[in-house]
Amino acid sequence: MSMVERIPRFGKTLGWALPEPEATPQVNTDFGKPILYLEDISVSFDGFKALNKLTLYIDDGELRCIIGPNGAGKTTMMDVITGKTRPDTGNVYFGQTIDLLKLSEYQIAQNGIGRKFQKPTVFEKLSVYENLELAMASDKNVWASLFFKLNSEQKVHIEQVLSIINLEAHHKKSAGLLSHGQKQWLEIGMLLMQNPRVLLVDEPVAGMTGEETEHTAELLTSLAGKHSVIVVEHDMAFVRSIAKKITVLHQGSVLAEGSMDQIQNDPRVVEVYLGE
Amino acid sequence: MLIQRLFLSDRGGMVVLGLLALLAIAVPILTLAVPEGSALHMSTYTVTLLGKFLCYALLALSLDMIWGYGGILSLGHGVFFGLGGYCMGMYLMRQIGKRGVYGNADLPDFMVFLNWSELPWYWAGFDSFPFALLMVVLAPGALALVFGWLAFRSRVTGVYLSIITQALTYALMLAFFRNEMGFGGNNGLTDFKDILGFPITADSTRVGIFLTTVLALAAAYVACRFVTASRFGRVVMAIRDAESRARFCGYQVESYKLWLFVFSAVLAGLSGALFVPQVGIINPGEFSPLNSIEQVIWVAVGGRGTLYGAVVGAFAVNYTKTWFTSAYPEAWLFALGTLFVLVTILLPKGLVGLLSRRATDEVKNP
Repeated sequence: MSMVERIPRFGKTLGWALPEPEATPQVNTDFGKPILYLEDISVSFDGFKALNKLTLYIDDGELRCIIGPNGAGKTTMMDVITGKTRPDTGNVYFGQTIDLLKLSEYQIAQNGIGRKFQKPTVFEKLSVYENLELAMASDKNVWASLFFKLNSEQKVHIEQVLSIINLEAHHKKSAGLLSHGQKQWLEIGMLLMQNPRVLLVDEPVAGMTGEETEHTAELLTSLAGKHSVIVVEHDMAFVRSIAKKITVLHQGSVLAEGSMDQIQNDPRVVEVYLGE
Repeated sequence: MLIQRLFLSDRGGMVVLGLLALLAIAVPILTLAVPEGSALHMSTYTVTLLGKFLCYALLALSLDMIWGYGGILSLGHGVFFGLGGYCMGMYLMRQIGKRGVYGNADLPDFMVFLNWSELPWYWAGFDSFPFALLMVVLAPGALALVFGWLAFRSRVTGVYLSIITQALTYALMLAFFRNEMGFGGNNGLTDFKDILGFPITADSTRVGIFLTTVLALAAAYVACRFVTASRFGRVVMAIRDAESRARFCGYQVESYKLWLFVFSAVLAGLSGALFVPQVGIINPGEFSPLNSIEQVIWVAVGGRGTLYGAVVGAFAVNYTKTWFTSAYPEAWLFALGTLFVLVTILLPKGLVGLLSRRATDEVKNP
């Protein structure tokens, strides 16, 4: 990892010094600029405001942790980005030109936004290898899938990801037979196969052992730079180990944003987390 | 070879195709070549019965595609079977010509009886066999396309979808019972004379239709195997197991479900079309909700998600039914219900699960 990448603040000013991220063909943005724009997003469910004028920018290639008490709107925010929930007001832009509010879930995914669920969700009856193959970025319409064949480049890609997520030995196993932590990794592997520009990761270390958590922290940090990674997590020790910039959500809007130290010393954050 | 590749990992399918080939050779010989007095002679009754079972097997195959692989429980597949059957029935009605009771060359008997003066527009074209065949595919396919589009687009899933399909078949049954619909009301279409110029009751014609059915089932099996072994098949299974995951992987879930549903409906329509010339009648009873539920039981008994399991189930249940309804006619529905409950509790993978239990154990502990 180069020096420039290590210092995220420099990402904006010294962006030119960084290696070009592997761009997916659909997206064309300048590195270092925000890649995801959420502006004035409000969502209400039966009168309850899950998101209240939320404004948030995610830079290209950054690793951002989002924390907040239960009901702060973290999952709703992810639902809005991935098209599962439509906001009542506001704008969501991906890069300079792609209006995510006009796209449906599968189009958003094809455009390069991947999502990992809170509960590990893999295709249980299919093998690990098939799980990765299905997630791979490729022509995903009905007719193309009927006559689809893996080429050697794609096979290499799958094998690379298998080794990144430490599941080479299990590639023939049904995904349903994996341990909880392995399923979490498989799901992250599936995200990698999609080769997304932005990864949304919801509670990646829930239910993982200490060692697995450490490995996941390494994995996520290594992904930043090539991809923007947004992590929602409750485990503060984990957040501390990976976070460079943290956003605290509270009652549907941003309460504070900054480094771990800044966040911890912010009296408003302390109040929300610890009470009066 | 494509077929070789497809069946490499499908031993059950190879057995099914082998047995079909055996039937295709043995049945014509036993029926036509072996003299009637011989103990080996096969009566046309048996040929027709076997042919019926083959049609049911094809119908079970179509249900297995949508339920076993797609996880969409259709409790109304009798609709597509019935529509295919009615299209074939309309062709056969037009072949009767002047030989009807009323001797009217332009109108089927039931229309004369209703004092209709001319053929309704939707009967136009059914004099032609190719047109009828086209409709056998198009009518169920189009209904599935419209119904599926509406249902899947609104993200109707699970038990709600099953209930709607059940309502669909019930609605069509009521509609087809009405004389004004122009499909013969509760009598349906019957008294067929010939098909493609051959007398429909002749032994050689029956064997011909039987062979066509064997071929159709074999071709459909290969087609289903091709679809399930393709990436499309894996996507469909992925949707079955984790729909939202598939969606966030970038698959347009609705259109996968829709085309699977249409494919399945077309297969069901074909089975109906092959069924009608063999049993000699099609009536609204085929749309009865009970029929559709029975079809689901065939697949459950055989074992879903394997294709050959559906074929085994259709044969096993219908053979039992034939025997039961002649020995204890009143008890059949109770027996069927009991069978369904027992299979669900004791054999969640169906009959073929018994055979493949060892094979799956090996996969689990490599």
